[in-house]
Amino acid sequence: MEHYNMNLNLKVWRQQNKNTKGTFKMYRVENISSEMSFLEMFDVLNEQLIKDGENPVAFDHDCREGICGSCSMYINGKPHGPWQANTTCQLHMRAFKDGDTIVVEPWRADAFPVIKDLMVDRSAFDRIIQAGGYISVNTGNAVDGNTLPIEKQKADDAFAAAMCIGCGACVAACKNSSAMLFLSAKVSHLALLPQGAPERTTRVQNMVAQMDKEGFGSCTNTGACEATCPKEISITNIARLNSEYIAASFAD
Amino acid sequence: MTWKQVFTSSVGKKLVMGFTGIFLVLFLIVHVGLNACIWAAAYDPADQGQMFNKAAHFMGSNVLPRILEIGLFAGFFLHIFQGYLLTLENRKKRSTGYAVAYADGSKWYSRSMAILGTLLLMFLVMHIYHFWTPSRLGGIGTVQPLEEVFYNGVKHHNLYAEMRDVFVGNTLIVALYVLACGSLAYHLLHGFQSAFKTIGIHNKKISGLINSVGVGFSIIVPLLFALMPLSFYFGWIK
Repeated sequence: MEHYNMNLNLKVWRQQNKNTKGTFKMYRVENISSEMSFLEMFDVLNEQLIKDGENPVAFDHDCREGICGSCSMYINGKPHGPWQANTTCQLHMRAFKDGDTIVVEPWRADAFPVIKDLMVDRSAFDRIIQAGGYISVNTGNAVDGNTLPIEKQKADDAFAAAMCIGCGACVAACKNSSAMLFLSAKVSHLALLPQGAPERTTRVQNMVAQMDKEGFGSCTNTGACEATCPKEISITNIARLNSEYIAASFAD
Repeated sequence: MTWKQVFTSSVGKKLVMGFTGIFLVLFLIVHVGLNACIWAAAYDPADQGQMFNKAAHFMGSNVLPRILEIGLFAGFFLHIFQGYLLTLENRKKRSTGYAVAYADGSKWYSRSMAILGTLLLMFLVMHIYHFWTPSRLGGIGTVQPLEEVFYNGVKHHNLYAEMRDVFVGNTLIVALYVLACGSLAYHLLHGFQSAFKTIGIHNKKISGLINSVGVGFSIIVPLLFALMPLSFYFGWIK
């Protein structure tokens, strides 16, 4: 695609901290290259704000390669912006055209309180992972791969679930602020493999209990999570999680 | 994990919705099947609703359907009560909403189950008042008893005549019934497949089958129900 420059209006959520009320502020950025990433465009905005003596916009980012799950902007009514299977850092400005107004909001869920501006506290996800505990694998020399036969399909499904980067877009997209897609991906990738079998029951019990404690909502299978997930985690994992939970409910 | 913990967890609460939803789907099959007997009158003018009245009489006089009826009321109550509870709980999880809503990722009806369900609840009250109350409680207090007919010397409620009385010439009532069938169709379109996901069906082959059957069920059953008041209204059956 041919390169072009654009002038944009940005409507950005500004919030001092989690105890104050936030509000939208309008900014104008000029001469933005279509080859910039969305976060680079925000870097330009922040340079401009610093020059003007204003506080730069706080936002999460780390690898900028779409694999760490740090970036988290809700852009024009969709987590991670308009592209499919994409993170904010991998969204490029060619998705927009000259004169566009772009509305940028933080993930909104009470379980993800705003730290500042577009940054939210996603440590609830870490605590859900911790609740899952360890997997019982023997340490020592690596065992021969062929000692544990795993069906190809199961290995593929487990790997697809393990693609989850824990960005929280599923929660942001869900009308119920449910974390079920995230949780189901984490439960599924271990439940599908023999290494995950020993703690299979307690893992699902503890992780669901922690998810509820963190204040996420219940799943109503609308599919919004799957549609927005940058790693295209399938909603089938949620059904698998449900069956894991039902099986676990019969255990002592 | 105790059963209390299971059914008070977010997954457990959804399980109640799923299982009661499937139970209500089964009820719909029985209901639409029995009611379809009214169309016997379209083929045999001498029928005069006899086949339907006999089927309804069987349901009303046999002990097993009567026991199931208690289960049905319990199923409705659980499904409605839990549905509202979950909707309210889920709404509370996002105190600050979005300026721009995310509408592309999901179907409107999957996000509107509570509204569609509320329309169905309003319909249910009207529907029970029209048919269940006079049939079961007729003659008690101010509830008018149903007209009676005799087949082979056995007294039957003439529910067919009751349907005719309710629907013939009553444009508003017929419109409300048809509207309710529309709500039911969309409620089922999401609810049918969602219930099976909730109870843990994740096998690709079975899920695919459930999705297809669900779409068919959501169209055919509400359509048949909608045709019942319309059949009386337009005089296709008399």
